[in-house]
Amino acid sequence: MQTRRLDLTGWGRVLRATSDVARPERFSTLARAMEEAPAPAMGQRRSYGDAPLNDKGRALDMTRLDRILGFDEEAGILTVEGGARIGELNALLAPRGWLLPVLPGTGFATVGGAVAMDVHGKNHHHAGSFGQHLAGIRLLTPKGEKRAGPDKQKDLFRATLGGLGQTGVVASAEIRLLKAKGSVMMVTEHRIRDWDEHIAALDTSEATYSVGWIDATATGAGLGRGILEEGETGAGLVPPAKRGRKVPIDAPGAALSPPVVRLFNAAYWRRVPMRGRTVVKPIEDFFFPLDRIYDWNRLYGKRGFHQFQCVVPLGQRDRLRDILETVAQSGAASPLAVLKRMGPGRAGMMSFPMEGYTLAVDLRAAPGPESLVARLEGMVRDAEGRIYLAKDSLGSAEAIQAMYPERKAWAKIVAKHDPEGALATDLVRRLKLRETE
Amino acid sequence: MTTWLILGGSSAMARALARAVASRGDAVILAGRDAGDLAATATDCRLRGAPLAEAVAFDARDPAGFPALLARLEATEGTVNVAIFVGSMPPQAEIDADPALIDGVIADSFTGPVRLLTLLAPLVEARKGTVVGVGSVAGDRGRIGNYAYGAAKAGFATYMSGLRNRLTRAGAHAVTVKPGFVDTAMTWGIEGMFLVAPPERVAADILKAVGKRRDVIYTPFFWRYIMLIIRHVPERIFKKMSV
Repeated sequence: MQTRRLDLTGWGRVLRATSDVARPERFSTLARAMEEAPAPAMGQRRSYGDAPLNDKGRALDMTRLDRILGFDEEAGILTVEGGARIGELNALLAPRGWLLPVLPGTGFATVGGAVAMDVHGKNHHHAGSFGQHLAGIRLLTPKGEKRAGPDKQKDLFRATLGGLGQTGVVASAEIRLLKAKGSVMMVTEHRIRDWDEHIAALDTSEATYSVGWIDATATGAGLGRGILEEGETGAGLVPPAKRGRKVPIDAPGAALSPPVVRLFNAAYWRRVPMRGRTVVKPIEDFFFPLDRIYDWNRLYGKRGFHQFQCVVPLGQRDRLRDILETVAQSGAASPLAVLKRMGPGRAGMMSFPMEGYTLAVDLRAAPGPESLVARLEGMVRDAEGRIYLAKDSLGSAEAIQAMYPERKAWAKIVAKHDPEGALATDLVRRLKLRETE
Repeated sequence: MTTWLILGGSSAMARALARAVASRGDAVILAGRDAGDLAATATDCRLRGAPLAEAVAFDARDPAGFPALLARLEATEGTVNVAIFVGSMPPQAEIDADPALIDGVIADSFTGPVRLLTLLAPLVEARKGTVVGVGSVAGDRGRIGNYAYGAAKAGFATYMSGLRNRLTRAGAHAVTVKPGFVDTAMTWGIEGMFLVAPPERVAADILKAVGKRRDVIYTPFFWRYIMLIIRHVPERIFKKMSV
């Protein structure tokens, strides 16, 4: 199949790869490509690090296979191709009273990517992860087409959800949808003064969707200061979401420098009145707030950025506070930090979620955050927590492997379906995830 | 209700047009050879708002199947629009090695479509529809890289011009569309591509042209100026160029 040599990056734009990319437009050409030269699939490359990359190798761009293949309204099951974007599906479904059961933080993520990362959303504490809502998947492995689901090819299914694309290419997935009241969100925002208040608010929140935004530049008594957002779907009329804007150039290094970020964060926090407020928003504004700026990753300038996301068990919340404090004191100046309570729901052997609290922060690529991330990694490990592979670009093999207890069993199943390692990616090689010994 | 017959429905441009008209609430009949792929696009179109979307078999090289398409369209009500996205472009070097390949190129890009359009013309006239004929900038001038394909598209463009002349008298219409480089499987990975447009942009331009009853459009628009220059290069210079 015709390929094109492309220079690619993950969303953080730090790690790079040059690959020969094929872009099938039909299932039959995808199937032929997987027969002739199996290669890892990539979607919109919204994973931050090297999860979607295969340097000096081949890759399959799935973005043209983005059709809805069926919708069973009685059962509420939607069948879609792997390259379909979550946000586009949401925009089609919401006016008809349906909602994807799990919506990650960007609507640009593809269904295949959501499967490969077993993504979670702002309702994880109730709904669990994306893979828990799948009735089945159609997988093209290097050894042929397989159908897997909760009741068939269970091992392959569990190895595929969160399985980093290592078992095969997701040709299509059957997703169990939720009934929605309409296409708007009722969002309640609360100002949160510090860490303890933030944890307490997340613990007591009864909302279907909840997320805490943290000003990661606040230190000392203000550590953990932020805004808690609680959301419920609703029916009603709001102005349609504004059209996406673009960042015309790579921003100069100063755009997200510490003083600018500090000012912005303080203003953003004060925007919410002391007593809180409830606003009505278009559904996509609540779930995909950053998508309104199409390529916001350029705000970090040419050098790009890293993201660090970890989860720690409920009882380790004090260690998570230490992790946040370490980030805040480092001056890595992340304007965006997100704190969420997670439920126990996870669908696959390599899935990220565990019951506890998850923290996500952006770290500027300069000055080098390597030593900071190494420190954070150790802290997560001591807290018996886990680092999210969709975000990782600096983790070390030994520490990450220790965080995924089912990794070896997973690697054995993967080896069965992809014995030649044709689907290995830069992430999998860097962290030696497929070693079976 | 408006029904679109979209020929060559598996191409990226055709798929983009099908989705765009489906979301406006038009019915879509997708015609082509890859039945499985067309069925997938048809389902997608239904869920995007098409009251009716189905796949039918069509092979530009097999005119025996054409009357069935006419019969299917006759069974609809309302406006009938026809959009033609068929064509094939084997590399000129392959054609030079095997001249028999030319027959296929001419059938896919010219004789097949025009025979079908001649059959459908009375119905389009009666239903006051629009024919969208997708040609190519390659038809504007014969170039060393693809002149067999270019010749077929030039013939197609001339036919479209005559068809427009005919349909206009009946209150129907024909739009000739000349895309430049479009980001599809046909151009993916080919050296020397520039200013490549997404298929959705081409679909949007087509719909605008149909709405405004434009006669000939280049898409994206700047290809009109690029081709204006290329058409006006004197032959004695052009024959030595490799553009």
